[in-house]
Amino acid sequence: MKNWTRVAIAALMTSVAAPAMAEECIAPANPGGGWDFTCRQIGRIMTDLGIAPNLVQVTNLAGAGGGVAYTQVVSSRNDDPEVFVAASSATTTRLAQNAFAGATADQVRWVGTIGGDPGVIVVAKDSEYQNLADLVEAVKADPSKVAFAGGSAVGGFDHLKVLMMLDKAGFSEARQVKYIGLDGGADAVTQTVGGFAQAMTGDLSEITGFIKSGDVRPIAVLSEERVAGFDDVPTAKEQGVDIVAMNWRGIYVPKGISDERYDEWVDALQKVGASDEWQQVMAENGLAPYDVFGADFEAFVADNIAQIQDVSKEIGLLK
Amino acid sequence: MDILSNLAMGFEIAASPYTLLLAVIGCFVGTIIGALPGLGPSNGVALLIPISFSMGLDAISALVLLTSVYYGAMYGGRISSILLNIPGDEPAMMTTLDGYPMAKQGRAAEALVVSGVASFVGAFAATIGLMIFAPYLARVAFKFGPAEYFALYMLAFCTLGGIGSNNQAKSALAAAIGLAIAMIGLDKTTGMPRFTFGELHLMDGVDFLVAIVGLFAVAEVFFFIETHGKDSAIGVKLGKILVPWKMLRQTSGAMARGTGIGFVSGVLPGAGASLGSFLAYMAEKSASRDKASFGTGNPAGVAAPEAGNNAAAGGALVPMLTLGVPGSGTTAVLLALLLTLNITPGPLLFTERPEVVWSLIAALLIANIVLLLMNVPMIKIFVHILSVPAWILLPGVTMVAFVGIYSLTGSSFDMLMMVGFGVLGYVMRKLSIPTVPVILGILLGNAMEDNLRRAMVLSNGDWTFLFSSPIAIGLWIAAILGFVAPIFLRGLLKKPALPDNDPTTIED
Repeated sequence: MKNWTRVAIAALMTSVAAPAMAEECIAPANPGGGWDFTCRQIGRIMTDLGIAPNLVQVTNLAGAGGGVAYTQVVSSRNDDPEVFVAASSATTTRLAQNAFAGATADQVRWVGTIGGDPGVIVVAKDSEYQNLADLVEAVKADPSKVAFAGGSAVGGFDHLKVLMMLDKAGFSEARQVKYIGLDGGADAVTQTVGGFAQAMTGDLSEITGFIKSGDVRPIAVLSEERVAGFDDVPTAKEQGVDIVAMNWRGIYVPKGISDERYDEWVDALQKVGASDEWQQVMAENGLAPYDVFGADFEAFVADNIAQIQDVSKEIGLLK
Repeated sequence: MDILSNLAMGFEIAASPYTLLLAVIGCFVGTIIGALPGLGPSNGVALLIPISFSMGLDAISALVLLTSVYYGAMYGGRISSILLNIPGDEPAMMTTLDGYPMAKQGRAAEALVVSGVASFVGAFAATIGLMIFAPYLARVAFKFGPAEYFALYMLAFCTLGGIGSNNQAKSALAAAIGLAIAMIGLDKTTGMPRFTFGELHLMDGVDFLVAIVGLFAVAEVFFFIETHGKDSAIGVKLGKILVPWKMLRQTSGAMARGTGIGFVSGVLPGAGASLGSFLAYMAEKSASRDKASFGTGNPAGVAAPEAGNNAAAGGALVPMLTLGVPGSGTTAVLLALLLTLNITPGPLLFTERPEVVWSLIAALLIANIVLLLMNVPMIKIFVHILSVPAWILLPGVTMVAFVGIYSLTGSSFDMLMMVGFGVLGYVMRKLSIPTVPVILGILLGNAMEDNLRRAMVLSNGDWTFLFSSPIAIGLWIAAILGFVAPIFLRGLLKKPALPDNDPTTIED
């Protein structure tokens, strides 16, 4: 009995921590989050397409919002050609705000992104705000009357979406904007439906159910174009506020690998992004196409970080 | 009628021989995971997610397996609470208070049976509650804003006074230590790290599992070494298992009340199973005519929190399924599982994917019955695992604690922190300061602070906002009563407050 238990537990442990012989994807969070999803889907498709001969091993390395994985890749796996790490706008946001214990974005190589979760601004179904202009006017008139709820902490991507949107719309007093950070988009929607917050920002996929059930009304989606399946939701751009905020899903690899290997990764990711399997995954999970690869992506990340640093300085998160 | 036909559909999907086998395996593994300190329901389920993928299970089978593990762990947590004075997981913490004294008096078997039945009552009733009321209960979450949540957590802390020790100041001290530890990590309201000293591993705060395993399991090991096994919890013998019908009848009220309280706290996202078992225990204690016997082996003190935590586990599925808001760490993992299976919980889940919901409910009912059978007639199997000689068990507990904590984040930092908590737990036990309030502080402190500060942001700093809704006012009144009542009751009963060094206040 005893032995059996031990064996079972040992089996549980090793199946998670088994050493990887082939490609390994590090998800810097626990199973089930967005990064875990990125790893598992990209890994599965790589295997299906024959890009990775073996099963891609997914390792969950949670901590510090991706910081633990980031610093570990930089410090101890800098020349490992077989490892790649899931990343998203949360990664660049934290890098920009120096939340990874001094690590910087140029310590790894950014491979690309193959999809994005469009940002969205919603209000409760009986809200007085009919469109983005109404909401912006209300904030301009009295910022203390409009509270935004979001699924990330102050300074996180959901908060930055609000600030960047208002900035583009001509309200730059970032510190006066009321924002409460909750644990995830669904929690933030609950507070908005309950009337505690007047508007909510989040990723579209998190709150699809609430939009379809009619509990909340989307007033703007923060993508380049309208999103398939939500064709009646106007973009912020259409409403005169030039902002795109996509929570992109992509990967980075260690800095120390050869250029050839980096190019192989870019190529592999492009193949995954173009595959039918990935198109299906995106459709099922409310992701919109968002493809940037290689050198373009490195430039995109640098821009993104500069932009976030500007906003973060305004709200006092950075000096 | 709708419910019955839906349920029949659920059983049709979920009750194949293969899924039943998975349920039995899941329940068995779950009970063991729950019973082992350091492996709680949330990391148990998290560990099994990759396995269910590599086994190539379809959505329904994976759900059956993992919900069986989830419920199994909720049942299993009590076993080590009662036999070792080490909670197998955080909601089983309250069960140590009366369960372990019962075991020391040679009533371990009764404690296990009563708590097993209480777990069943709580979980079964909660599943039925989920089945009938889920769509309506989802709306309750919309009524709870920051002010209401803050009042709810205040209620928990206000009733904390009489826990474990009769010295209120020591409980308050322990709670303050817990609240202080809860401040470590990223502050959600400013986005700044606090007390992390530049250490990345502290950015997410201190995981309560690290604290619980350190304060209970590791401290127990230190204590064992010091006393050479005398007076230590490890090595309690178990007699023959008989069903104590009389005791079950006597505790039926406690089970029913525990179930009700647990279910409600489960339904509120952010409260969760630990709050459920805590409030169930405290309510039972204050409702009882025989308060003094709580903490010394009162069966009602075992039945109430076990019914409470299992009912909360079921209740927590309500916001998870209908809103996509996980009410506890474990439902967060289950939510993740659903998302990976392309099932998005939310307001439309019940109408869009009825087959998923109803087969899940059917799976829960099946798991409960399997678990009742495993945990009452077959309890000896699990007890054997824990009743090996101390020289095997002690290293075993230590190993499982280290492996379990390592599996949380894969960092050695957490293991060192766990040892630190072990030392803290040992010192606190020497000073007879209860450790349960520390855990409660860590568990609820963050959420309490976040909600207070959200409330202040929303109201532009107006503190009267905290009392601005009927729900909040009701919770405040309950909190004040919970704080004040024991003082007056003690006067009425003409029992003087016990002096500091009274031997009965020592927990072990």
